[in-house]
Amino acid sequence: MSEAQTQTPAQIPVTVLTGYLGSGKTTLLNRILSESHGKRYAVIVNEFGEIGIDNDLIVESDEEIYEMNNGCVCCTVRGDLIRVVEGLMRRPGRFDAIVVETTGLADPAPVAQTFFMDEDVRSKTKLDAVVALVDAKHLPLRLKDSKEAEDQIAFADVVVLNKTDLVTPEELAAVEATVRAINPAAKIHRTERSGVELAEVLDRGAFDLSRALDNDPHFLEAHDDHHDHDGHDHHDHASAIHDVGVKSVSLRGGEMDPKKFFPWIEKITQMEGPNILRLKGIIAIKDDPDRYVLQGVHMIIEGDHQRPWKDGEKHESRLVFIGRDLDAERLRKSFEACQAA
Amino acid sequence: MPTVAPLDLDGHCIAAVFLGGVPHFALADGTIHRLDHGHKTLAVHDGLLCATLDQTKTRLITGGEDGKVCASAGETTEVLAEAGRKWISSVASGPQAAIAYAAGRSAFVRFSDGRTKEFQHPRTVEGLAFSPKGMRFGVARYNGVTLHFPATDGKPTELEWAGAHTAITFSPDGNFVVTAMQENALHGWKLADGKHMRMSGYPAKVKSMSWSVKGKWLASSGAPAAIVWPFQAKDGPMGKAPLELGTRGNSMVTVVACHPSQEVAAIGYDDGMVMAVRFADSKEVLLRRPGKGAVTSMMWDDEERRIAFGTETGDCGVIDITG
Repeated sequence: MSEAQTQTPAQIPVTVLTGYLGSGKTTLLNRILSESHGKRYAVIVNEFGEIGIDNDLIVESDEEIYEMNNGCVCCTVRGDLIRVVEGLMRRPGRFDAIVVETTGLADPAPVAQTFFMDEDVRSKTKLDAVVALVDAKHLPLRLKDSKEAEDQIAFADVVVLNKTDLVTPEELAAVEATVRAINPAAKIHRTERSGVELAEVLDRGAFDLSRALDNDPHFLEAHDDHHDHDGHDHHDHASAIHDVGVKSVSLRGGEMDPKKFFPWIEKITQMEGPNILRLKGIIAIKDDPDRYVLQGVHMIIEGDHQRPWKDGEKHESRLVFIGRDLDAERLRKSFEACQAA
Repeated sequence: MPTVAPLDLDGHCIAAVFLGGVPHFALADGTIHRLDHGHKTLAVHDGLLCATLDQTKTRLITGGEDGKVCASAGETTEVLAEAGRKWISSVASGPQAAIAYAAGRSAFVRFSDGRTKEFQHPRTVEGLAFSPKGMRFGVARYNGVTLHFPATDGKPTELEWAGAHTAITFSPDGNFVVTAMQENALHGWKLADGKHMRMSGYPAKVKSMSWSVKGKWLASSGAPAAIVWPFQAKDGPMGKAPLELGTRGNSMVTVVACHPSQEVAAIGYDDGMVMAVRFADSKEVLLRRPGKGAVTSMMWDDEERRIAFGTETGDCGVIDITG
């Protein structure tokens, strides 16, 4: 008799799908549920509504936002998700991944935070990516009348710019520039009828920064204007169609003094937490052979050693904040002050 | 020496109970297994989410992913109610064979004659429990508890405390109501005057609560020891420290089940170990060595000799403490 193998149960990946009514979420969900991609998905929806597929693994759940009693205004979780995920995870083996569809007006933060703040959920699942569907035709209007549309884009790892057939090439370029202005770190896909490759939205590992970095070696660089010399101020992407309230602050520096950097990032996220929607970064720490990767949602931050710096690779620290009312100059100065002497 | 009769099942055990002296094990896949002259199985739900004994301890009331509420014993099962495509997230049993169940933001009471009454709430019904006295039940919800009187059309009583309350229990004398919260704490109210009781300091969420004989103590999970709060005084545990029983360095308590007549608790841990610990002197007796996964449910039989236990990995069984 051999001893039973102790297996660490794998964490089930969770994709969060946001987007306004009419942005194409239901079409995309129907594709995820019906196309043959060799994976089974459990889908948590607010209403069965138009999902034309009868499937045991579609769960209806009333969006239930719970503020935590810890005095932190941005520490919110989705109570219903805790219960549904717990229920689903008691019968593993039925599905390979979970998709959470949010209502059109939903703030994505409580959904994402549930996967970091609730120990039970966190031990069994991991957030894979936040995907925002955007209706190319109606985005300008949406951005005018709501803060949520902007938040959804700001929060996303992947933006599916949908219904591109309904706008002119010029309009599309303007809409994409607006999305880019709100969130320079997201991957953008242009599609018609939610026709994005499912591999581009599912199983992305966007919250697994090491993987995100492997997938995109130019992560945090691609839209960094330090490389193009067009005289354009990257802290103030002009958008013709929208007065952007959310902005990103990209910081860049040399090796950091860990005694200064960690207290600093802690303090910044404590103080500015409500204004920070997302943060991502790669940090070079003095005398540390490994790259340190970092990411956050409001006040929650997580960091880990990723891999050794390669020979000849520049030991450089890069950090992006996406949020509201961020004082770019103060962030930059205090960040630079953390550099090792 | 205690002995263990194992029953190895495939799946997460929601409830391990005795029905008429026969151990029953309800699994998340919707089957109820029993040890009645051999291992027998009854299929009840497509996905079983919650379970409770009825007050006569003769039937197991269960709620499922299939939106059904069932009552089962031995080879028979009866569908008591259906709530469409919504999950039944909580069930409770009350006096005169009344049961309550929750689906989304509604709680329902079904009387023994089949009449059903719906109670709508602005937020999700997280937990349900009947008071031991009178026809009254409590709903754990966001920011407190709502007490309903389903036999009359009286207005509900609201007990407020900020935060998400996820489970609820009444003391056996009906004087106190206690909730488990999303943030690693219990909250209690003395019903006579609405006085608050905060019971915090847990390193994990409390998922199991059990009243000792005559309600003198409330045992709870959520720590490396069973945390046992004194409820003998008229104001409950306020200003008093709880007992910490069966403390282990590297394991968390996941289930507590107090002995029916003595001040002893069976304590189940996240590694599958089960111990019995006496309140008076903290004396411990090992009942079951660690198994494959966390203990999820335990119940003593009426003879006070056996304990049925279930785990999240399906390695269930019956402990005979007399050996």
